[in-house]
Amino acid sequence: MSSEHNVVTKSDKGAPLLSVQGLEKHFPITKGLLRRQVGAVRAVDGISFDVFKGETLGLVGESGCGKTTTGRLITRLIEPSGGEINFDGRNIAHLRQGQLRPLRKDMQMIFQDPFSSLNPRHTVGTIVGAPFRIQNVKTENGTKRAVQDLLKLVGLSPEHYNRYPHEFSGGQRQRIGIARTLALRPKLIVADEPVSALDVSIQAQVVNLLDDLQNEFDLTYVFIAHDLSVVRHISDRVAVMYLGKVVEIADRDTLYASPRHPYTVALMSAVPVPDPSRRDKAQRSRVLLQGDVPSPINPPSGCRFRTRCWKAQDICATQEPPLIARDGDPASHQTACHFPVVEGEDVAGRSPAGATA
Amino acid sequence: MSGPFLELKNLKISFPTDDGVVHSVDGLSFSLERGKTLGIVGESGSGKSVTSLGILGLHNKRNADVSGEIWLDGDELIRAEPERVRKLRGNKMAMIFQDPLSSMHPYYSVGHQIVEAYRVHHNVSKKVARKHAIDMLGKVGIPQPDRRVDDYPHQFSGGMRQRAMIAMALVNDPQLLIADEPTTALDVTVQAQILDLMHKLQEEFNSALIIITHDLGVVAELADDVLVMYGGKCIEYGTASTIFERPEHPYTWGLLGSMPRIDRPNLDRLVPIPGLPPSLINLPSGCAFHPRCAYEPRTAGLGKTVAPELVPAGGSKHLVRCHLPTEERQRIWLEEVKPKLEAQ
Amino acid sequence: MITYIIRRLFAAIVLLFIVSAATFAIFYLVPRLVGATPETLATRYVGRAATPETVGLIAHKLGFYDPIWVQYGRWVKAIFVGADYNIGTSVEHCPAPCFGYSFITHQPVWPDLLNRIPVTLSLAVGAAVLWVFFGVSTGVLSALRRGSLLDRTAMSFSLAGVSLPIFFTGMVGLLVFSYKLQWTAPGGTYTPFTENPGKWFYALLLPWCVLAVQFSAQYARLTRAGMLETLGEDYIRTARAKGLRERDVNVRHGLRAALTPLLTIFGLDFGLLIGGAVLTEAVFSLPGLGKYAYDAITNNDLPKVLGVTMMAAFFVVVANLIVDLLYAVVDPRVRLG
Repeated sequence: MSSEHNVVTKSDKGAPLLSVQGLEKHFPITKGLLRRQVGAVRAVDGISFDVFKGETLGLVGESGCGKTTTGRLITRLIEPSGGEINFDGRNIAHLRQGQLRPLRKDMQMIFQDPFSSLNPRHTVGTIVGAPFRIQNVKTENGTKRAVQDLLKLVGLSPEHYNRYPHEFSGGQRQRIGIARTLALRPKLIVADEPVSALDVSIQAQVVNLLDDLQNEFDLTYVFIAHDLSVVRHISDRVAVMYLGKVVEIADRDTLYASPRHPYTVALMSAVPVPDPSRRDKAQRSRVLLQGDVPSPINPPSGCRFRTRCWKAQDICATQEPPLIARDGDPASHQTACHFPVVEGEDVAGRSPAGATA
Repeated sequence: MSGPFLELKNLKISFPTDDGVVHSVDGLSFSLERGKTLGIVGESGSGKSVTSLGILGLHNKRNADVSGEIWLDGDELIRAEPERVRKLRGNKMAMIFQDPLSSMHPYYSVGHQIVEAYRVHHNVSKKVARKHAIDMLGKVGIPQPDRRVDDYPHQFSGGMRQRAMIAMALVNDPQLLIADEPTTALDVTVQAQILDLMHKLQEEFNSALIIITHDLGVVAELADDVLVMYGGKCIEYGTASTIFERPEHPYTWGLLGSMPRIDRPNLDRLVPIPGLPPSLINLPSGCAFHPRCAYEPRTAGLGKTVAPELVPAGGSKHLVRCHLPTEERQRIWLEEVKPKLEAQ
Repeated sequence: MITYIIRRLFAAIVLLFIVSAATFAIFYLVPRLVGATPETLATRYVGRAATPETVGLIAHKLGFYDPIWVQYGRWVKAIFVGADYNIGTSVEHCPAPCFGYSFITHQPVWPDLLNRIPVTLSLAVGAAVLWVFFGVSTGVLSALRRGSLLDRTAMSFSLAGVSLPIFFTGMVGLLVFSYKLQWTAPGGTYTPFTENPGKWFYALLLPWCVLAVQFSAQYARLTRAGMLETLGEDYIRTARAKGLRERDVNVRHGLRAALTPLLTIFGLDFGLLIGGAVLTEAVFSLPGLGKYAYDAITNNDLPKVLGVTMMAAFFVVVANLIVDLLYAVVDPRVRLG
């Protein structure tokens, strides 16, 4: 982050803006004549983390880890099966829609797909002005003026007020979505893969925009993505998810410099590095995980990652490792692993199952 | 026949539409040897996918105008009889696509589709072909291939599906393989597996590989040579190390600056390219990149009026399409751009 | 799969009861709303020269004074155990399954229905074969030669086919082909297949063609749209990239996928057709279910109407179920239940 923006440390943070405790979301599976529940897809299976005002928490993981579901739970687009969601000191986990509506001024979401998240039959003005109408907020110079100011803020021309989404490119549509999100100056913005669908050069524009907006309005972001490089650029702290659980959480620099959980190590070594001179070294030292992610319907007992972990031992099948600070790590760096990776440990040279002859 | 295995000469592909002619590929030339990998880099609308479809002859002659020459091991493909090209497709040259779920027929089992690919070009019984299919599935790292051969595409996970697609493309031992964004839809750990697999298979079959992507990391991993496309043209070409260490085109600089790097200390801000990719119907006059180029003022108006040619640049077999003189470009890179991209 | 079928069958039975109750209600309540009484209703069953006492007696015997749910209950009971109707002079017996007894023709409804089903089935199946063949092939050719003269001509003809009602095309067909040219049989000459296959075919030829014209127009358009959509899919591009012949790409990959939604529509059309080819059978005087329904309605013969409505509903429900099951067979991504 830029040097004017303070990286928040735990001591001077105060109460978190958002605090999630033991959050769970199980989607039931029914079978048989009477639709009995025979199991559940445990998309989010007990996660806890805090988000402090003004910071960006990055949430990374691969398909099926539950990060998107987490984003929807935080913003109460879906209701959790268990656990607490404390927003601004209040548990919103089971509030009804009517009670949630006023909260939506303070908590907003940016979606991944700029093509489907804007109603093609509404003009830009209608889309960005909708929050004012829905929440019945009156502005000084009228809604139209407020909308045009927002458009300027995100780098679009105010004259585009009457245009339709299909007349814009992907990056511009994403900016429209961001303008809409900012309309009521929310305290918390959950961004679910906001740049994945965009070209590289446009991604950079939008990332810079999100950065600038955060500085200007002291916004708090939860940034959900699978792209480790982008997450590293924008986050203050990062949480890594696997199969419905948080396996590691730390300050950004600490996590990327010394990841402790084997999955985090594998994840980071998998990112292709745009440096051909390091190609051979990168490929030799890459950790290639075996097989596929197990099903969230029947996650492995104990530590969920153990079926693909090269360090797994007996205890990993019987005892689920808690998410705590491990030997020598600061309190802000928590890892859920019985045998976290240590400095200088050799993790290189693993090959995938069924390697070619 | 001597000469490179694959050679494109001045390939042009355009599509007449109601709004005007879309010049997707505008005079592309390159060559590729067996055992080598070419990475074609570009963003949406750069023409890279259209090029790959053009090499395979997959454009409908009714809606596309294709001109130029495509030489594959001594055969020219554009003027060849369609039946001749069809016999080469899936046989001598094969392609794998971005989204394996939508690229495979949902109603036929994976085995059936691989068997079909084999029997188009080999006159054998279904039984023999099935054995080949199972072998191939095993080769690409799918566990229990004899059981999975009868599964449907939707029953595979994303990574396994892409492996199955690779098996289908390689079942006839093609000498040219084109991979169009093969890992974009996959998770990063799965991507690593697939890239590793493609690398090993290329070595085993000694095939020529073209990998099309917008991800510079993937290109750095696999490619020997890199071709950067913009507005339907090649704007820079060279070895991978040249392109990443001594690039000479402002667009390439822009691409490198747009990417957050996990292997370097964090930057305050990314350095994106201002503006939007050009319309392929109404390309800007002169150099297609000039409206977004910070260095256009230094070309004394040439950038706006004259389209630059591909000229040799600093590295070996290095070509750049830019009006700035080589010394100027190298100086800008070393003194202005590179420091901004690296640690402060 | 089995649990799915059981659930569907159960739902089907419930649905059939609801249909019967609704039809029953309509035919009992509507006349009463316009002033009919049990006596006026009974007059239809007794012939021209009946005394008021006879009418009242019949009304009583037939249960017209009972509340509607009692009458409906009696009808349902008759399905399982049959019924006897004592109208003074004689006892008329309606054996189980008794789906109603017509007092106008003095016949149980069920055997009538059974006799008529083969006729309607003959009509429907023959027409279906024709319309599927011509409609789908026209649609495929149109899609492959999109924008060509063939395409535009075919679509114009199909627009005409969809727009012209069957009684028009039927009448014109009869006039031209049966009476003027004498190529096909005139109306009312149906012979069962078992009696004389040649005459059976001859009698049905024109009705088949007329029905097929209407439906194939619709199916041509649907097939064309489905093909165009399917041909734009990624797997078609992959099929070509494998080097498949264009014909194989279009048929094995394109048509196969495009036909699936058509399957649903066909199932529903066919189911509906069996129950309600009323106009066609009327125009050509074919003794099928449609004509039966037409005659029953014009004669205000409720038991027959009720019976034929139930039959039609049954076929629609069965068609729906078969289509859903077939979908799971055709598309491996579909899992029932």
